Amino acid sequence: MSSTKYTEYDAYAADEAAEGRVFDVNGQDWDQVVSGAEDLGDERLVVNMGPQHPSTHGVLRLILTLDGETVNECRVGIGYLHTGIEKNMEFRTWTQGTTFCTRMDYLAPIFNETTYCLGVEKLLGVTDQVPERAQIIRVMMMELNRISSHLVAIATFGLELGATTVMLNGFIEREYTLDLFEEITGLRMNMAYVRPGGVAQDLPSGATSKIRDYLDRMPKRLQALRKLMDDNHVYKARTKDVAYLDLTGCMALGVTGPVLRATGLPWDLRKSQPYCGYETYDFKVATQDTCDVYGRYLVRMEEMEESLKIVEQCLERLQTVKGPVMIEDKKIGWPAQLAIGADGMGNSPRHIAHIMGTSMEALIHHFKLVTEGFRVPAGQAYAPIESPRGELGAHVVSDGGTRPYRVHFREPSFVNLQATPAMAEGGMIADVIAAVASIDPVMGGVDR
Amino acid sequence: MSSQNPEQQAEQAADRLPAQAEEERREQPVVRTGMFGVKTSGDTSGYGRLVIRQSPKISTPRPYGGPDGAAEAGEFDEIADELERAFAGFGDAVERVVADRGELTFFVKREHLVEVARTMRDEPSLRFELCSSVSGVHYPQDAGAELHSVVHLLSITHNRRVRLETTCPDADPHVPSLVPVYPTADWHERETYDFFGIVYDGHPALTRIEMPDDWVGHPQRKDYPLGGIPVEYRGAEIPPPDQRRSYT
Repeated sequence: MSSTKYTEYDAYAADEAAEGRVFDVNGQDWDQVVSGAEDLGDERLVVNMGPQHPSTHGVLRLILTLDGETVNECRVGIGYLHTGIEKNMEFRTWTQGTTFCTRMDYLAPIFNETTYCLGVEKLLGVTDQVPERAQIIRVMMMELNRISSHLVAIATFGLELGATTVMLNGFIEREYTLDLFEEITGLRMNMAYVRPGGVAQDLPSGATSKIRDYLDRMPKRLQALRKLMDDNHVYKARTKDVAYLDLTGCMALGVTGPVLRATGLPWDLRKSQPYCGYETYDFKVATQDTCDVYGRYLVRMEEMEESLKIVEQCLERLQTVKGPVMIEDKKIGWPAQLAIGADGMGNSPRHIAHIMGTSMEALIHHFKLVTEGFRVPAGQAYAPIESPRGELGAHVVSDGGTRPYRVHFREPSFVNLQATPAMAEGGMIADVIAAVASIDPVMGGVDR
Repeated sequence: MSSQNPEQQAEQAADRLPAQAEEERREQPVVRTGMFGVKTSGDTSGYGRLVIRQSPKISTPRPYGGPDGAAEAGEFDEIADELERAFAGFGDAVERVVADRGELTFFVKREHLVEVARTMRDEPSLRFELCSSVSGVHYPQDAGAELHSVVHLLSITHNRRVRLETTCPDADPHVPSLVPVYPTADWHERETYDFFGIVYDGHPALTRIEMPDDWVGHPQRKDYPLGGIPVEYRGAEIPPPDQRRSYT
């Protein structure tokens, strides 16, 4: 390969004429950098924080212009985790789409699946036909997922401020939540559990008691976390009045979720534009009015406690509400229920016996749905839900075929991350970390 | 291919459309119902070979109803009335209105997009203060309006949503930027530019955001070459996904 190919245009080459003297810091040239900076007599320093910095939540790149320890300018560079999920979904059936979009925001997979499935169901016009039991399971899974996501937010947040205790405690609790996911769906992350028309399978027999145990221990554990953090002097010193963003700023920058609720506005789509039957659950919308990092932390803690209440209500309902977890319409509903066999999870033996032994029609349905999929009437729909990070919406476009024509996700991480400069500029460099952590961006969701 | 069965003939006419003029065809919405797009013969042979890529250019007559899909005048009519009252050039700016699946869409001409959005934001009776998202859709067969820029607005005050859709031809892919009205549109528009090549005029720094800076092409366009995968077997190559044999 000739090297001349790359000399024609190098987008990343430093332009000394435009930017002043540039130090690449390629390694073993630190002395040169230090002496060079002294020669310049320039107080201004441009620092690349990331994309591999451990406290920037994955591959986020912050380009900071520093004057001493003060951040004068902050620019955000993203795109290091772009995986083309939206494009990929255009070449798979509607049902296969969940397998892709679950991988976007990998801390909140159930939310990605649900928003997509709600969009597809809206296009199909079958929102009312989704069985009640499936909706309850969706709500329960979403709330469990909210807890696990917020736990990571708080745990990594502690770690980034230098507190490993918070990290360990948060991750331990998250582990128990993931155990529940494994029990229910077979997978700990990226489950593709929510499908258009319902969910992939009903709860396994032991799940209810495991969730009960979880509900018994979790309030105490959250209380312990609160004890560790709420009145912690160091923690408050690092978070109070840091990364201030008020309601006006949030509106202009499109910020939603805990950051918005920490400005005192009780905007939660579960309450204001309910979906999946949220209007029938009893819970409070957590708010704070401090507009700072500490307020966002308190909102997340309270949301976890409220989520536990919702999960409890779900469990009660699941005892009485029985029935299918997939839409009755055989032309849309995934035909097979999954079951655990000797060689792992697969189609349930009963279903296999049914299609292979007794019903030709069922076999045809199974074959057609699995290979070709179902058609979705042409049109477009936007289905927003309240994810742990804010408004997550799927803009789903169909041209009447068996595959999505276009799917676009309004990712709260992507939008909220735009607020980083507004929060960080003028503050200390150490507070940039707190600002980014309080937004809780997940780069898989940002870049998709 | 033509059938003697009248129902089947009707379906073929709607699906395959060999006899219809191109313009006439584009006006028709593609709405398929039934199991696998087939209403009569129950075709289970596999490949339907019914390739239709066209955007439905439907327009909803009054009353628009509301999110619940009611037939009588509702919330959507209120929004349209208020916009008509507050924005003098309504008839000129809004090409058509679509109320579909509980959602209201205004198709706005690009020259008027910023002013319509500003009215949407500032008018107390509309007050769409939050721009949820801006995304693009590429309809290569929609001559003269290949690229669509879709804006989702949210009113927290009135708890409503509305969609503004703007089109631009591929030959002149320019749409005015909404950043002066909604600063949050910044990254959304950069993303849409990156993936579709829509140039948002007036955007403060319209650069690529997801793809590398020196990338050539706009990957989410339908005509973007995907590339196959060469396999080590007698020079074979797995074709790109959009050229593989597939269901439609």
